[in-house]
Amino acid sequence: MIDKTVASLEEAVAGIFDGATVMIGGFGTAGQPAELIDALIAQGAKDLTIVNNNAGNGDIGLAALLKARRVKKIICSFPRQADSHVFDALYRAGEIELELVPQGNLAARIQAAGAGLGAIFTPTGYGTLLAEGKETREIDGKHYVLEYPIKADFALIKALKGDRWGNLIYRKAARNFGPIMATAAGVTIAQVSEIVPLGDLDPEVIVTPGIFVQRVVAIGNAVAQAA
Amino acid sequence: MNKLTRDQMAERVARDIPEGSYVNLGIGLPTKVANFLPKEREIFLHSENGLLGMGEAPEPGEEDPELINAGKEPVTLLEGGSFFHHGDSFAMMRGGHLDICVLGAFQVSARGDLANWHTGAPGAIPAVGGAMDLAVGAKQVFVMMDLLTKTGESKLVEACSYPLTGVGCVDRIYTDVAVIDVTPDGLVVRELVEGNSFDELQRLVPVPLKMASLAAAA
Repeated sequence: MIDKTVASLEEAVAGIFDGATVMIGGFGTAGQPAELIDALIAQGAKDLTIVNNNAGNGDIGLAALLKARRVKKIICSFPRQADSHVFDALYRAGEIELELVPQGNLAARIQAAGAGLGAIFTPTGYGTLLAEGKETREIDGKHYVLEYPIKADFALIKALKGDRWGNLIYRKAARNFGPIMATAAGVTIAQVSEIVPLGDLDPEVIVTPGIFVQRVVAIGNAVAQAA
Repeated sequence: MNKLTRDQMAERVARDIPEGSYVNLGIGLPTKVANFLPKEREIFLHSENGLLGMGEAPEPGEEDPELINAGKEPVTLLEGGSFFHHGDSFAMMRGGHLDICVLGAFQVSARGDLANWHTGAPGAIPAVGGAMDLAVGAKQVFVMMDLLTKTGESKLVEACSYPLTGVGCVDRIYTDVAVIDVTPDGLVVRELVEGNSFDELQRLVPVPLKMASLAAAA
């Protein structure tokens, strides 16, 4: 019997190694798998490269991982926010490397990795600082920039419900990067509010098919905890 | 020069958004446009974090931390609205599926280059978000900005001095004193705020303007 569910958060993040590239879902704190991040902090892996839309909010979740000095590089689109003081301080002190990627290119590069593509040509960023030194091509009268896939060793994502085959559904705008990151990591680890029996999730509405998910851990009512 | 207030600017932009449009409103001033969209028009608001059919702010106490807009403020979803992941959301933006996006700007050049993401100042932490995708991907890019900076320099310039968001991407600029189109023939003043003259406007802007033949007062 295939059972991708694991009993504890500790088990869920086991094996994440020093120097790993880890995708973390979420847009701000919506969809951020805060419990998995806390477990990763406790687990101790360091020198991580993190892929996220932002660079942490307040002092929790991703910000706490940064504060614990476990991250050497962050790949994101929007690090600076009203409450990104942890990142801001590390960045200004030169203690974290930033690769700034336009948000759509971040998504497309993650999708390219998940889909097995060697690279993409994207119009986004053409003629800007963020495309400096990159190969460009004119296709059908429009300018494009060559961008390479972003893949990860692990993805930590948050979903609403999952089953033992790893099928997932999400909640509202917490879906954001979860489904695409799940496709682009060697090991995708999903925290869910509830693990349901196989067959409970309507196959017509499953958003992430289990093939993209290796571990599922239940953390109770994640929505209440996000508030 | 007579100047529109923030709300009047938002109302002015809202007037030009037709029923059935798929629209993305940028963070900041453009977000205000939503408050002035006529209720009788069905307009689909898109939010980059994965919403289509975005509604107003919820009643106090009804906020849901997993139902937010691109500015991370609580919103609601209309009946018929949908959620989707970031790949689909940016396909909508980059793939030419949005009819209109409204963005703020530091500067716009005479040929429609947009600078709105980074001042390039020493110590400034850059953040780009979805601005570059909207700039290249929406069918029409509207900019909403004051004509002048706080220190009185024109934000309409020959060439942007700030780092670019997109090249030649802006179609129309709604300022506090006039509405100006970016055309292959240069900048064309579509509309002057009541009481303002073309000559006065031209004196403030260091690039040549033309007056549209059928300009109406706002």
